Amino acid sequence: MPNVINIQHISKSYEMGDQTVHALEDVSLRIDRGEYLAIMGPSGSGKSTLMNMLGCLDTPTSGLYQFNDANVSSMTDDDLARIRNKEIGFVFQTFNLLARSNTLHNVELPLIYAGIRKEERYRRALEALTHVGLEQRIHHKPNELSGGQRQRVAIARALVTKPSIILADEPTGNLDTKTGDEIMQLFGELHKEGHTIILVTHEEYIAEHAHRIIRLRDGRVEKDEVVIKQVKK
Amino acid sequence: MKRNFSSFWFEIREGIGMSFSAIRANKMRSSLTTLGIVIGIVSVTLMGTAIEGLDRAFNENITKLGADNLYVQKFAWFDNDNWWKFRNRKDIKMEQFFVVQREITSATLVTPVVGTVKTVQHKSKDLPGVFTVGTSDQFFPLNNMNVEYGRVFTEAEAFGGRPVVVLGSAVAENVFPNESPVGKNVRVGTHTYRCIGVLEKQGSFLGLFSLDNRVFVPINSFFTRFGSEWGIQIHVKAGDSKNMDETKEELRGILRKVRRVPPGIEDDFAINQQDLFIQTFNAIGLVIAGIGLFITALSLFVGAIGIMNIMFVTVKERTKEIGIRKAIGARRKTILLQFLIESSSLSLFGGILGIIISYPLSLLINQFIPTSMPIAIIVVAILISLIVGVVSGLLPAIRASKLDPVEALRYE
Repeated sequence: MPNVINIQHISKSYEMGDQTVHALEDVSLRIDRGEYLAIMGPSGSGKSTLMNMLGCLDTPTSGLYQFNDANVSSMTDDDLARIRNKEIGFVFQTFNLLARSNTLHNVELPLIYAGIRKEERYRRALEALTHVGLEQRIHHKPNELSGGQRQRVAIARALVTKPSIILADEPTGNLDTKTGDEIMQLFGELHKEGHTIILVTHEEYIAEHAHRIIRLRDGRVEKDEVVIKQVKK
Repeated sequence: MKRNFSSFWFEIREGIGMSFSAIRANKMRSSLTTLGIVIGIVSVTLMGTAIEGLDRAFNENITKLGADNLYVQKFAWFDNDNWWKFRNRKDIKMEQFFVVQREITSATLVTPVVGTVKTVQHKSKDLPGVFTVGTSDQFFPLNNMNVEYGRVFTEAEAFGGRPVVVLGSAVAENVFPNESPVGKNVRVGTHTYRCIGVLEKQGSFLGLFSLDNRVFVPINSFFTRFGSEWGIQIHVKAGDSKNMDETKEELRGILRKVRRVPPGIEDDFAINQQDLFIQTFNAIGLVIAGIGLFITALSLFVGAIGIMNIMFVTVKERTKEIGIRKAIGARRKTILLQFLIESSSLSLFGGILGIIISYPLSLLINQFIPTSMPIAIIVVAILISLIVGVVSGLLPAIRASKLDPVEALRYE
């Protein structure tokens, strides 16, 4: 099984006033294609920092980060943007849709940045929306949709570029339990279809959907356990 | 490379779409922001329209002067500094005219001109303030004037001092409202003249005075009836505008000799020509354009500051959106482009609004000077508003493009 993500001894520190905060210290991690992984930890444990790192929104202070064998640590801003565009699908707690754009345009946006032609964009966006069961809602604005529907739009937007990983940051945090369960069910299905999914959460019952749980504390990996042994194909 | 190019176009279209929805979402704010641009564009288009109108009016009028006419006078046109010097010069007299007429070889027409203001009267109708010109038969072809009715006087009548008069069209209409003046007697001042012709309508000169409110009498009758001590002007037609300088020099030589100006002393007369009008007009036009440019630049500057200000606010308000766009793959230049397009759309919107407002105003100007808004000025106005948009949006757009995606996403 090839590594999608290979992190070796990465650290991240910030200057806060006159003191240095070490958000991550010497974290090493390999994630394989097709894994369903949860990153857990209390607030301040560095899980947000790790997520930003994995999502190529930020670069480590030191250490090696390889994404599909490309060295992310030494990339320029535009290279990082290209990786985020093509290889990473983000799903956020607050959905983060563009409020003035309809469902279709929200899902098409990554494809616009990828330079995909109009007809092709429409086809792929519709396919992704069909995948999450929202093909009837393509002309609705986000404020005309329920929370669960909004998160489905966000998932469709994450899927539409056929990324290497889907990075979900507290995807059920703003949803009620029932809707949250439906969203988790959707992630389960996506995983079965072969998507690599990384969940960031502080809720045990959400993390339990994953097959591997990494627990962070004080910027270090405290525990890295396989919950369900993955079946090798 | 191909992919980069196509994504660039998609990003431009995305930017245009987003900026329109942003302007729609903030109609009031956008309209107020763009007010400075609106005023700037209104002033630039109206100024352009007015200058166009003045130009057109001037060109129409200047042809009335005749491009190859020379005017020998005591006073030089548009030289107000030396009034006393001109005032104290010797008058130009008829004897000098006769010498010029006899000796000049490079001119086709030469005529003496003298004028005063009189009241013209027929029966109960009287018209005060009529410019009464004493001249010769050559005056009419020299000024391209033709008769509507009757005829002009002959050379014999001009120098024989016959009591005949040719009326300008406005004088004829006012004094003879319901009858033909030809063959009738009119009183010019206190003297009776027989009307022999009426001129075609000549219009006005630069809108300042009517060329039709004039009557023309033989030069010698002018001297015998209105006094013989008048100084005259001599009007000369070179016949060919290419030989103007030659004619002017010959004329100058003759006049210096006849007026006994010693060598080395400057001329005690002036030879005027329409070039002087053109030069003066161009100078006035330059001043008007300068004032217009200043007002325009000032209001565009204020407008640009307004747009820059609102763009900083917009970037701040939409920090989260910028974060989202960056997270899903927008590069720096994508964001830069989006906000530049937005500021340009805002400014262009102001520019178009300005054109829409100034069009009816240009029709109002048309009431005073015949003009129409030139297409070029519309193109210039649109270009200016685009440039102002790009320039004023640059700093806010750079700030937006440099936002850190992590920070931007965290912004609420």
